[in-house]
Amino acid sequence: MSTKHSVTRRGLRLIVRFVKTHPWPFAVSVAGAVLYAAAAVASTVVVGRVTDSLITPAFAEGVTAAAVVGGMVALFLIAALRGTGVVVRRYFASLTEARMQMTLRQGVVDKYLDVPLAYHQAKPTGELLAHSDADVVGMTLMIKALPFSVGVLALVAFALVSLLRVDLYFTAVALLLFPSLAVLNRYYTNRVEEPSTRVQQEIGDVSTVAHESIDGALVVKTLGRERAEVARLAEAADRLRRGRLEVGRLRAFFEPMIDVIPNLGIVALLLVGAWQISRGAVTEGELVQAMMLFTLLGFPMRVVGFLLEEMPRAVVAVERVDRVLGAEEAAEYRAVSSESLPDGPLEIAVEDVTFGYDGTAVLQGLSLKASPGETVAIVGSTGAGKSTINQLLVRLAEPRGGQVRLGGVDLSRLDPEQLRRTVALVFQETFLFAATIRENITLGRDVGDDIVRRAATVAQADRFIRHLPDGYDTAVGERGVTLSGGQRQRVALARALVGSPRVLLLDDATSAVDPVVEGQILDGLRRTNDMTTLIVAHRLSTILLADRVVYVDGGRVCASGTHRELLDVPGYEALVRAYEVAEHEGSRRL
Amino acid sequence: MTAVTHSIPTGDDLDVVPEEGGALDVLRRGLRESPELRAGIAFTLLMAVTTAAGRLIIPILIQQILDRGVTGADGYRPEFVLWSCLVAVVLIAAIAAAGRITYLRLVRAAEAMLYGLRVRAFAHIHELSIADHTDVRRGIFVSRVTSDIEMLAQFAQWGAISWIVNTTIIVGTLGVMAVYSWQLAVLTVLVYFPLIPVLRFLQKRQLAAYDEVRTAVGDTLAEVSESIMGAGVIRAYGLRHRVRTNLHRAVDRQYRAQMRAATFFSLMFSLGDLFGGLVLAAVVGVGVWMGPEWGLEAGTLVAIVFLVNLILSPVQELGEILDQTQTAIASWRKILFLMDQPIEIEEPQAGVCLDPGPVTLDVERVNFSYRSGGTVLHDVDLHIPAGANVAVVGETGSGKTTFAKLLCRLADPTDGRILLNGVDLRDIDRESRRQAVRMVPQDGFLFDTTIAENVRYGREGSSEAAVIGAFARLGLEWWLKRVPAGLGTRVGERGENLSVGERQIVALARAQLADPGLLVLDEATSAVDPETERALSHALHVVAEGRTAVTIAHRLATAEAADLILVFDRGRVVERGSHGQLLSSGGVYSRLYESWLGSTRPGR
Repeated sequence: MSTKHSVTRRGLRLIVRFVKTHPWPFAVSVAGAVLYAAAAVASTVVVGRVTDSLITPAFAEGVTAAAVVGGMVALFLIAALRGTGVVVRRYFASLTEARMQMTLRQGVVDKYLDVPLAYHQAKPTGELLAHSDADVVGMTLMIKALPFSVGVLALVAFALVSLLRVDLYFTAVALLLFPSLAVLNRYYTNRVEEPSTRVQQEIGDVSTVAHESIDGALVVKTLGRERAEVARLAEAADRLRRGRLEVGRLRAFFEPMIDVIPNLGIVALLLVGAWQISRGAVTEGELVQAMMLFTLLGFPMRVVGFLLEEMPRAVVAVERVDRVLGAEEAAEYRAVSSESLPDGPLEIAVEDVTFGYDGTAVLQGLSLKASPGETVAIVGSTGAGKSTINQLLVRLAEPRGGQVRLGGVDLSRLDPEQLRRTVALVFQETFLFAATIRENITLGRDVGDDIVRRAATVAQADRFIRHLPDGYDTAVGERGVTLSGGQRQRVALARALVGSPRVLLLDDATSAVDPVVEGQILDGLRRTNDMTTLIVAHRLSTILLADRVVYVDGGRVCASGTHRELLDVPGYEALVRAYEVAEHEGSRRL
Repeated sequence: MTAVTHSIPTGDDLDVVPEEGGALDVLRRGLRESPELRAGIAFTLLMAVTTAAGRLIIPILIQQILDRGVTGADGYRPEFVLWSCLVAVVLIAAIAAAGRITYLRLVRAAEAMLYGLRVRAFAHIHELSIADHTDVRRGIFVSRVTSDIEMLAQFAQWGAISWIVNTTIIVGTLGVMAVYSWQLAVLTVLVYFPLIPVLRFLQKRQLAAYDEVRTAVGDTLAEVSESIMGAGVIRAYGLRHRVRTNLHRAVDRQYRAQMRAATFFSLMFSLGDLFGGLVLAAVVGVGVWMGPEWGLEAGTLVAIVFLVNLILSPVQELGEILDQTQTAIASWRKILFLMDQPIEIEEPQAGVCLDPGPVTLDVERVNFSYRSGGTVLHDVDLHIPAGANVAVVGETGSGKTTFAKLLCRLADPTDGRILLNGVDLRDIDRESRRQAVRMVPQDGFLFDTTIAENVRYGREGSSEAAVIGAFARLGLEWWLKRVPAGLGTRVGERGENLSVGERQIVALARAQLADPGLLVLDEATSAVDPETERALSHALHVVAEGRTAVTIAHRLATAEAADLILVFDRGRVVERGSHGQLLSSGGVYSRLYESWLGSTRPGR
């Protein structure tokens, strides 16, 4: 997709973005890194001085106690300074990283709340979760190495300066040494990038096979495919093993080399140094100082390598995160003008609406009306666009053409808050939050217990809820009880009713409820006359309860009237018969 | 939008691994379980020690040159310097080669071991009785063969090598130091020693802090996933602001936890520098003051200073990998504990083979209870003639699913026996049993491949015509035309590209292709669209023809059509007979039927 060069460039751009977002912790961290570099180089100077003014004389003419104590204090203080540099660098680098992660995470989750529902429907949950977690981490992983890398540059600069002050020949040795380390690092990072990316992929493959196979253990057993499954995992694991070996071979070359180079440098220093000392050009202490400096340099050089290693990953992650952050918000949240609704039950008017998902037309000029207080059943085969009608009415989807009106007001001009208070949609697939039943019904709305009870009673949920261990305070979901599909649907219905909506949309919302109970629910709903109700239905019993039936096919309304009237419409008749037969053949569950 | 059906977490015993024995016990057992790691270990260790010892070349060289080449009694001796440097270069190269060999051998052994352990653990999981495969455990199993092994892999890549090399360096350095001056070596150990308790203290706090981070990450993920899965409800009910507040709170908590961990993390790394400075100051101070008396020379003391420096980074590195080691050992312990889980289903050595055709089924006083306690089946006693179609009905938890699993030997009865054509199920050959008994589980799990492949799993090596034939026999050919690429359609992970009903269609075709003598069917409870429903009803009927079939019925129609209905209640068969017989007896079944009749008269 991109060349090596542009990865580096995009990586640098990312670094600039980090620095701009959280400049202070980053700056302090860099200061810590520079302090460390300065103290590290200074400590070699101290050791050199100690050698000359303490160690050498101690074995010749002798030293004073004060000089010994002074040397000891200097050695300790300079080490303490180095340690301080480490603490400051690490802590503030972590701070930069954690703050950056927080900023990005908030941005991503905010966006998830602001995008249209279609965005969620188009992407698997796992992928969206990965953007908020793994991608954010992947993007910020190199932050920790960043101040250290700056510190390494400082270290190299300080080291060269300190060497220049000692001896030109020593400097020459260093100038040969440092670039070769850098080249070696660069070479290694380049070579290892491809296989280590592959290894990451292969880890994922192994995990996919394990997940699938263990999830399907029952089927694996009943089919007697255990051996085939083990072979499948073994193959993936073997690919991973070979990938890791490849990375290992590269590292087996690199690791010893990174030790060899400074060591060879020290040998060269000794060779030159012995000669220089004999000429009186340098002291023993200065030679010691230079050698100490060389031993310091092996590890920090790796940090730069680490930074470069992380860069491609970060660049890929930032692209994914940015794609989320750049997603367009739902139209509704951009609304400016707002009109208010008239009082009382509301008329629903869908006028010549077209709608589609990338290329496939779902609604093609659909028009539908429901009078205030009316109960209308929507009937149509799978994929006819029934659910879409409901979604349009709560603005989970926006029409491509035509208008959707509530009580005469175009939805796009209606205050979103008022829309939520007025219209309640109950989905077929019930989503319950990991909270108590009461919280799942109130959803944070300020309603009294009596209202909750009343809504639950109409939804035929009150009785079973009261039989739960903690009644309305029973927790559901991850850490609570498991409810049956029918029970979940009834809780969801109570959730809709508790807000006393003036328009109720049931999207096959009682499909898992026993028909007897369903009849009781619909009876209760009819008694509350101030509500306009749209029901998407599959069951004949449900259809019969509606004032009027609308038959939808091919994205249009084909016919409308009472059930009896519609029986003359061929498509409708066939469909409802099919429902009936299915019901009799046993969609009734024991 | 997907709904989440959460199961009740039951704090699983497999996750509570007994902490018997220390890290060394785990290591010993682990080595026993993994012969790959033992092969050639002696030579690898020898090379590792050589590599580590090689690090001592430089300080020794420094001492030699300073004391004997420059400041010695003979003054500057260029030839001696040149020769020692040459020897050093040769040694450095040799040591680098030894390092490469060590590293390669370790990586190769470690990867072979990880591969072997992973595959063996995975095979073990599949051999465990299905009673062990609970919802909670499924997650545990997956993490044993993925994240736990990866934890070991990470350790193998850095930690293990680091331990060997660094301990050798520390011991070797102290040894050389002791040769130069045992007093200074002792001093070094004494001053360094307090580093260990301080490090351990910080480490404990740090581990606890990391635990908090993990919990916080989990909480954030749970909040985010709720906001994704509940996207529809959140929008339809205007809950954005509320959810946003919760999300931000979780993200903020995670940030705070991360920073708490970072505090310890930063402190720990400065300790090495601090203690290094202390040791250096002590060694130089004492060395300078007492050195001449102890007969040291200047070059020797300088070499000791370099040696002190040489220990610094290994000590620090060991401190770093200590917690990595702990997690790796914990993971290893967990994997070994998994391998200890007994395999309860033992296949017979020379099993009996069953003849093809419908199977006679006898169940004799069968009891079953899970290891965790709780008897699920009590004295179930039955005779089912060959070719009979049996419907099993009962409430959730009545034991009917367990009964079905016993028939397929997914678990063995705790008491009593199950006979197929008069032969104890436990004595029947594995392959023959699989030919004769087939189960169609409820969840309709499919493998991530094509429809054709998924059906072919029913009978390996079947032709495409046979696969299509299975669909045709069940009256489902029309459905094949409806799916995008027909038989070649990929079903996606767990079959998720297909609807619940469609997955059942594939599972039924697979059972039809397998043509077993005993078919055990677990009907799905979830509702499907009317068209598919009708097709499924018909297919279920056909697939049971010509064989013995035991169906866990959720459709009344299935029960009505059965030759024999068994009503399960709290682990016992409380009623048995045909539909007509059970209705006239006025028991549990007739009450179920009454409620059904009442509900088919629509409306009022």
